[in-house]
Amino acid sequence: MSLPEPFRLLSFLVGVMAFVGFNAAYLVWVERKSAARFQRRPGPTEVGYAGLLQPIADGIKLLSKQLIVPPGADRILFMVAPLMVMIPAMISLVVLPFGGSLMARDINVGLLMMFAFGSINVMSIMLSGWSSRNKYAIISAARIVSQDVAYEIPMLLVVITLLMITGTMNLNEIVQQQEGWFWHWNLFRLNVNPLMPLTFLIFFTCMLAEINRAPFDMAEAESELVAGAFTEYAGMGFGVFFVAEYANIVVGCSFATVLFLGGWQSPFGLWSGVWWFLLKMYALVFTVIWVRWTFPRTQFYNLLNLSWQLLIPASLFTLILVAAMMKFL
Amino acid sequence: MSTSQVIPAPEQPHETFVLNVGPQHPATHGVLRLKLTMDGEYITRAEPVCGYIHRMHEKMGENRTWAQYLPNTGRIDYLAAMAYGHAYVAAVERAAKIEVPPRAEYIRVITTELNRISSHLVWFGAFLLDLGGFTPLLYAFDDREKILDLLEALTGSRLTYCYYRFGGVCNDVDDDFIRGVREFVAGMWPRMKFYRELVTDNIILRKRLIGIGVISDEMCRKYGATGPVIRGSGVGYDVRKMEPYSVYRDLDFDVPVFSEGDCMARYLVRMEEMVQSLRIVEQALDKLPAGPVMTSGVPRVLKPPAGDYCFAVEAARGRLLVRIVSDNKEIPYRVRWRTPSFCNLSLFEEASAGMMLPDALALLGSLDLVIPDIDR
Repeated sequence: MSLPEPFRLLSFLVGVMAFVGFNAAYLVWVERKSAARFQRRPGPTEVGYAGLLQPIADGIKLLSKQLIVPPGADRILFMVAPLMVMIPAMISLVVLPFGGSLMARDINVGLLMMFAFGSINVMSIMLSGWSSRNKYAIISAARIVSQDVAYEIPMLLVVITLLMITGTMNLNEIVQQQEGWFWHWNLFRLNVNPLMPLTFLIFFTCMLAEINRAPFDMAEAESELVAGAFTEYAGMGFGVFFVAEYANIVVGCSFATVLFLGGWQSPFGLWSGVWWFLLKMYALVFTVIWVRWTFPRTQFYNLLNLSWQLLIPASLFTLILVAAMMKFL
Repeated sequence: MSTSQVIPAPEQPHETFVLNVGPQHPATHGVLRLKLTMDGEYITRAEPVCGYIHRMHEKMGENRTWAQYLPNTGRIDYLAAMAYGHAYVAAVERAAKIEVPPRAEYIRVITTELNRISSHLVWFGAFLLDLGGFTPLLYAFDDREKILDLLEALTGSRLTYCYYRFGGVCNDVDDDFIRGVREFVAGMWPRMKFYRELVTDNIILRKRLIGIGVISDEMCRKYGATGPVIRGSGVGYDVRKMEPYSVYRDLDFDVPVFSEGDCMARYLVRMEEMVQSLRIVEQALDKLPAGPVMTSGVPRVLKPPAGDYCFAVEAARGRLLVRIVSDNKEIPYRVRWRTPSFCNLSLFEEASAGMMLPDALALLGSLDLVIPDIDR
């Protein structure tokens, strides 16, 4: 990059924010359109060609609504929670390698930083539920804490497994190690961990649970808790949570791509670049949407049981397996 | 103090709170209110509060003539309105000793069964919505739309039918209707298979329903629960078999019974009932006799002889009984409805004790309540 460092950084930060904002807005459109296709209906068609301006219309509508703080709510926390929910998603993307040199900050502990900020997301939703002074919101807050704690553990165990294989926390280096044909991707590196596809599946499941997407959307669970932690939010307060959900999907799928699917590496070793990254990421995003519109919601205790009884033992097992293989092979 | 004496730990007072589910809540499908006393996510007591949509249908019956009451019958349970009309006209026919021509009886059975399928399809979609699955609702409504179109062409309305008359039905079915019903029935067989593959065999759904919300047959009897609720608890009680009315005696169909008593059993009962209703419709179309659809000589001003009459039918939600008292006037002395949803709801308090919120809402959904049917 020929730009001087401050300008480069500035342009990247603006770029990352624009990327998150644009994706969040248009993934809503993609979700509505694909949900409509799954359900044999047209979806949004009125605003713009094929409803393409619908997210903008929605945004204007939400912005023009009054922000109501319910009486008895903790005013400061109530207002801070929506602000806090967007920030981790944006900061996480700073360390994400979109392309070979397309990366805002190439730091050595990128992976660690991403998970550190990813955990803040839980706190903001918990705060919103706690400060709303609404029974549904408090139930939702209690659920989200236990859910995210339960799923943080297998996710981190999986990442540690990966870390042992790659030997670096630098995301760019992790991607560079996966150069070449697609069997060099971490997903297919069966020589170091024969259970790698399973590891990816655990990671993906945990990611769904971490970002509270169906079938693990316990925090919202609209047929039980109305809108969960967001019940009392009006206008853009709700809108920010809504946007943050999609931002988190993008972040989650981006990291899954980088960690397992070779990031911007091409599957056959030629023409590597940012387009491969986007293609893989959006394929994962589509899977997330697809899962939501196909499966019913799980029960809360089944969700926790899945983590404590199945995912944590399985991820521990892969961890030990990889350690043993690295030691003895 | 001797060492053998065991001092019981003082009972920890659990802090409970009251959660109002409804009258406006996505899970109650109408203006039902549940006052849940919760201990965390566990329900210690669930008190249904009904009456938010009470419209005095019974009192209205005492203020209008026998025939003028007919449109009311379609508005009690708007999802399975045909059975309500059927019960009422059959009760009045029993009182006034009016014979119904066989063709009309067959048409009544065809339309009631189609209505039952459409009602079960709504339940299917709404139940899955309660469980957080959005997509099946749209598929179910797609199928239901075909029934509604057929019934609209025949009766003039899509939900609140007023199609049955004392002594028959108000207009005859035409070839288009018969062809349409045959096409619909033929199209429904693959759809039932599709629903089984998409929904019934889904592991998440099975985990959510199997063993959840178990209702014993004793509890069903205690509260008078009928229909798919009692059939899901192992009792094969179906008015169409137990006290056959209309032409059900001539039709070959099974009463699906599952003995588990959980939400899955009630789910399977309703899915199987749709299949049986399709069979009934098919047979009734084959056997549909020629002839008039209306008895001649039903007086314009009907005055059934004084007496107390009742008639029970199997509505989509269970045993529906209408009791009419006549004092030989133009206006009924009393109309009384025994609606299935009310009895099915009344067991909710006992059945939901100690359950978790999502399971209790699954149980509520599996009871298939229609709130206007509870409140009348």
